[in-house]
Amino acid sequence: MKKLFFEYSVEAGNFTKAGDASSNFKKVLKQLNVDPQVIKRIVVALYEGEVNIVAHSVGGNIFCNIDPKSVNLILKDDGPGIPDINKAMQVGFSTASAKVREMGFGAGMGLVNMKNNVDFLKIESEMGKGTKVELTVNL
Amino acid sequence: MIISDIVEILKADVICGHEYLNREVKNVVASDLMSDVLTINSDQLLLLTGLSNIQTIRTAEMSDIQCVVLVRNKKASPEIIDLAEENGIVLIECEHSTYKSCGLLFQEGLKSIY
Repeated sequence: MKKLFFEYSVEAGNFTKAGDASSNFKKVLKQLNVDPQVIKRIVVALYEGEVNIVAHSVGGNIFCNIDPKSVNLILKDDGPGIPDINKAMQVGFSTASAKVREMGFGAGMGLVNMKNNVDFLKIESEMGKGTKVELTVNL
Repeated sequence: MIISDIVEILKADVICGHEYLNREVKNVVASDLMSDVLTINSDQLLLLTGLSNIQTIRTAEMSDIQCVVLVRNKKASPEIIDLAEENGIVLIECEHSTYKSCGLLFQEGLKSIY
C-alpha cells in the first residue's frame, strides 16, 4: 500500500453533514481492503472527533495520512479551545449544548471512546486558538 | 434470527433495505444515546432506538450495524431513508415502546450484548 493523503473540511454546527468526512474515509479504507475490525476502530474514533468539531468548535479540518503500517489522523479546529483537557477526558464530563444532546451525543464519552479505539492519541489545545487532536491506528 | 423474523415479531414496517431481510441478527442494543452505541464492538448487531435523525444512521454506518429499528412510532425523514439506502442499512419502523420491543425480541431468543 502506497502513502495516501486526504483532507476534509468540517463545518461548525451543521449536524446534517456531521459524519460526511468519516463516511468518505471509511469508503477509502474499504477500497484499500483494510481489515474491517481495524476500519471500525478508525472510523469510530474519527467520527467521534468529527462530531466534536461540529458540536464544540468554530469549524476545522481533518487530515488523514495512510501509509503501509498505520493510519494517522489530525483533527484541527480554529477554536475556542479546551480549558482543561484532563477534565474533558473524564467520562461523563460534557459542555455540550441541548442541540448536541438531541442528536444523541454530549454524554461526555467521545474523547474516552476515541482513546479506547486508537494506538496513539495526543490532544493539544490553546484557548482562543483551537484544538489539535492527533490519533494513530496501527495496521 | 433473520431480519424478516424481527419484522414479524414487532409487527413492524420495513422502510428501506427490503433486499437485505435475510441478514442474520445475533445481538441487540437499545439506546437513544449514540455515544453509547459507538462504544459497542459486536457483529450482527441490531439497533433499537427512538432517536430518528441523520446521526442515528451515521452511527450505524460507523459501527457496522446493518439494521436499525425506530421504536415508539418514530418516523424516518426522506434524508434518513436516503442515507440508510446509500449504506445498505435496513430501516424499520415499529409502534411498540422500547421496553416492549426489547421484551418481544428477548422472548424469541435474541440476546443483549452484555
